[in-house]
Amino acid sequence: MDMITIPAVNMTPIMPEIFLSVLAMALLLINVFVPSGQKSYIGYISFIGVIAAAVLVGTGWGMHVESFNGAVVQDNFASFFKMIFLLAAGLAILISDQYMVREECNHGELYPLILFTVVGMMLMAAGTDLMTIFLGLEVMSVSLYVLAGFNRENRKSNEAGLKYFLLGAFSTGFLLYGMALTYGATGSTRIADIATFAAQQSLPSSNVMLLAGMLLMITGFAFKVAAAPFHMWTPDVYEGAPTPMTAFMSAGPKAAGFAAALRILLVSFSTMQADWSQLFWVLAVLTMTVGNITALRQDNIKRMLAYSSIAHAGYCLVGFTAGNPTGTAGIMFYMLSYTFMNIGAFAIIVLVGKKGEPNGNVMDFAGFGFKHPALAVAMSIFLFSLAGMPPTAGFIGKFYLFSGAIQKGYIWLAVIGVLNSAASVYYYLRVMVYMYMKEPTEEFDWLQVSAPIALSLLISVTGTLVLGVVPSIVLQYAQEAIKLI
Amino acid sequence: MSNLLSLTTFLPILGVLMLLFIPKDSKSVLRSVTFVVTVVTFIASLPVLIGFQNNADFQFVENVPWIAAGPFAMRYNIGIDGISLWLVILTTFIMPIAVLSTWTAVEEKVKEYMICLLLLETGMLGAFISLDLFLFYIFWEVMLIPMYFIIGIWGGKNKIYAAIKFFVYTMAGSVLMLVALIFLYFKGTAAGMTDFSLLHFYDLRLDPATQTWLFLAFAFSFAIKVPMFPLHTWLPDAHTEAPTAGSVILAAILLKMGTYGYVRFAMPLFPDAAHRFTPLIATLAVIGIIYAALVAMVQEDVKKLVAYSSVAHLGFVMLGLFAFNEQGITGGMLQMLNHGVSTGALFLIVGFIYERRHTRLITDFGGLSKQMPIFATIFMIVTLSSIGLPGTNGFVGEFMVLLGAFESEIRWYTVIATSGVILSAVYMLWMFQRVMFGELDNPKNQKLLDLNAREIGIMLPLIALIFIMGVYPNPFIEKMQPAINKLIAQTKTSSVTAQLPVDQVLPAGHPVVAPAPEQNPAAEQQNVPAEEATPAVINPHDAK
Repeated sequence: MDMITIPAVNMTPIMPEIFLSVLAMALLLINVFVPSGQKSYIGYISFIGVIAAAVLVGTGWGMHVESFNGAVVQDNFASFFKMIFLLAAGLAILISDQYMVREECNHGELYPLILFTVVGMMLMAAGTDLMTIFLGLEVMSVSLYVLAGFNRENRKSNEAGLKYFLLGAFSTGFLLYGMALTYGATGSTRIADIATFAAQQSLPSSNVMLLAGMLLMITGFAFKVAAAPFHMWTPDVYEGAPTPMTAFMSAGPKAAGFAAALRILLVSFSTMQADWSQLFWVLAVLTMTVGNITALRQDNIKRMLAYSSIAHAGYCLVGFTAGNPTGTAGIMFYMLSYTFMNIGAFAIIVLVGKKGEPNGNVMDFAGFGFKHPALAVAMSIFLFSLAGMPPTAGFIGKFYLFSGAIQKGYIWLAVIGVLNSAASVYYYLRVMVYMYMKEPTEEFDWLQVSAPIALSLLISVTGTLVLGVVPSIVLQYAQEAIKLI
Repeated sequence: MSNLLSLTTFLPILGVLMLLFIPKDSKSVLRSVTFVVTVVTFIASLPVLIGFQNNADFQFVENVPWIAAGPFAMRYNIGIDGISLWLVILTTFIMPIAVLSTWTAVEEKVKEYMICLLLLETGMLGAFISLDLFLFYIFWEVMLIPMYFIIGIWGGKNKIYAAIKFFVYTMAGSVLMLVALIFLYFKGTAAGMTDFSLLHFYDLRLDPATQTWLFLAFAFSFAIKVPMFPLHTWLPDAHTEAPTAGSVILAAILLKMGTYGYVRFAMPLFPDAAHRFTPLIATLAVIGIIYAALVAMVQEDVKKLVAYSSVAHLGFVMLGLFAFNEQGITGGMLQMLNHGVSTGALFLIVGFIYERRHTRLITDFGGLSKQMPIFATIFMIVTLSSIGLPGTNGFVGEFMVLLGAFESEIRWYTVIATSGVILSAVYMLWMFQRVMFGELDNPKNQKLLDLNAREIGIMLPLIALIFIMGVYPNPFIEKMQPAINKLIAQTKTSSVTAQLPVDQVLPAGHPVVAPAPEQNPAAEQQNVPAEEATPAVINPHDAK
């Protein structure tokens, strides 16, 4: 009888993924025995799990380990993004409990699903094979579809889940088709091998199949990061999904999309940079402009932040267009900053909302500033950071993104970018106008700050300000991370 | 003490931290603490003034690494020279006055108001002392936030519109400056520079085409702040809606950011382009002077009138700066201080009557001098100072500006601008007459109380300065002189090198000089090395 030989594989690169997967599955089982009123404990355990995973990721910093026949790698690039995902997940878990209890959909499955999403995102960042990346993307996406429609009593949430699923599946098709064509052209799904193949071509862009593969993959990723003109799903999904999940979706999966796209483009298609740069130039301008202009007209605050998140993806695409260390490190720093400031802003929205969120409009913030000064100051910090005002993280992030473009000679792109950023100030200021400059119509007496949300706000505010004042502490890691790619 | 400047700049932040722990209902404590903090800040800034050596170097320099990542290295690099010294002192001097003026004017949300004022002070001081371009940009932007809240929360009827307009206008300008700044940095690193230090950028010689673009971006941003015609439209709104202290700070200090930006950055960094665009800037300045004066004349609201007068005054400052000679720039700098004192005082005065009558319409007043003699005297002095009557500060600055500008290549602009002096007398005196003289027929005005001790106390230092600077401006000029000479040397473009001595030596209107400046733009456009144009300019000098 033949023995099944299991090849010796090095498990260290995916230790955090394994840990989180096991934890998530265990929590799913435990959840059955937890009475419905005490699902918060699942959240607490998940949060501790996220911290533990972060420690695992952190200990691997500086090491370069390939495994599974070159399908997965542990490098600083992956580790940096993994930290962003874990941060997004941790903050999202912290703001979920109070919201889910209020909306009466406090099912324990929420937290394991978040953890599964994180596992998927981590594989996307660590994958050095198109298949691994695709696997990660699917794990992430399927969990996200469920999370978007998690509030199953709510029609909007159902709509969000379904819409996200249909359009997400559609975009996955693009991505997969692109990967298939690339495989057809190069004979390999391994990112490094594709790069070798492309480098051997005298003019890689004349290889139609390879070019089509790249374009289709870019389309797929453009869907995932909600770049215009592939952004149509975003506002509805963001508005309908449970607010903490919206916060999570706007930061984590977007960063994962960027991570995978960065690795594929910068490694596999580095010889075709001149081609994809131009494409990204157009995508960036469209995304920034569409996002900002449509955000100007929104009254619903979740919708406004949804459109603004499109614009923020556009700023990151400016870094893509540059494609140089300054720009790509800028993307990494910006996604981290965005995680802090955007989830922070959503945390405030969670607090202000009533059951069913009948008061989800900007106008419902009237007079909030003087009823809850501390929360309003926190919200102002997040909004100023989103608007790119110093001394916040958002400013430094934009500074590096646009610097990358200027360094590469894309002056006009940078000019369009900063003008967009100046225009965006209007809708962020509008929230502050209502918070501080209008008379209150409400007493905001229903508002209670639970300890987890307070903790998440503390982390977000600290992150936003510290990254704004002493950004070097993170930027130097981002610079290191980008070197190894 | 070596970090005196940092101390001065960040003392207000310390004050903010103290305010956070004071309950919001104890308003008088909040006010007193803020007042004390601003006074202490002023006192802390005095050793800077006293210890300042009369030379062109940057002094009280602090320079420590701050951010270093990727291609960038930003440093916490601060220091002052004769140009920024007086603006720093003006800031610390005006702030206690501004705080005092809010004593009874602001009754709601006192705590937040005081916090905004203190944050604003740190922002303004920081911008004046930054020697690192990136640091300057940070402070420049940070300033917007408290001012936005001051206008938007404690402003008048139309406050939200004014606040957003103020913010978006300034932001739109400054983001372009940001792009120019990054671009400049990469130009610098290509030439071997390693950080954002202004002093290194001064040595960078950029080609004229690059200078043109960079100058346009910087100048646009500063022109919005100054504000220059036609970018001035945010100013009347912001001034009119802002509470008194906000208007005072806006007029006295924030507007100076724009002109300071020209002196510190736009002119010395891009001298060729600055010279090339002198006709444009001078045209806009002159239009600003005349247009603002005409508009001011027909205003019904006293505050709006004063706001438009600011536009006119800053037109003079710009004219002086772009004369590129000693009198002009010194006059411009003096005029910046003068405008801070006089227009600040005017806004305080408007605040006094607004607090009493809750109206600012000229037609609601008349004959106030009978009811409020002290007020009338002070108002008169400040009005005359604003017009530029000899003996007051306004005269010295305006005269030097006109003198300098007349002897430079923008002579004919000066001729037109001079009529602005007359116009300013027209609108100010006419307003004064309608408000203060005539019949005291409105019953509400008949019950008005004259200024109280606090209000007189606020005005006294300003009145004293008006006379001191008017009669004996030398101490002020002495300290700024070396820095201004250095600036003039920096702004000498290669092609203009020989021109300035000519200006100074030749009597005004010398026929041979006139064509020379017109050659310069042409020479720059063709990228001709400067030396070729030089002999043509030197000749008249030698001929003399």
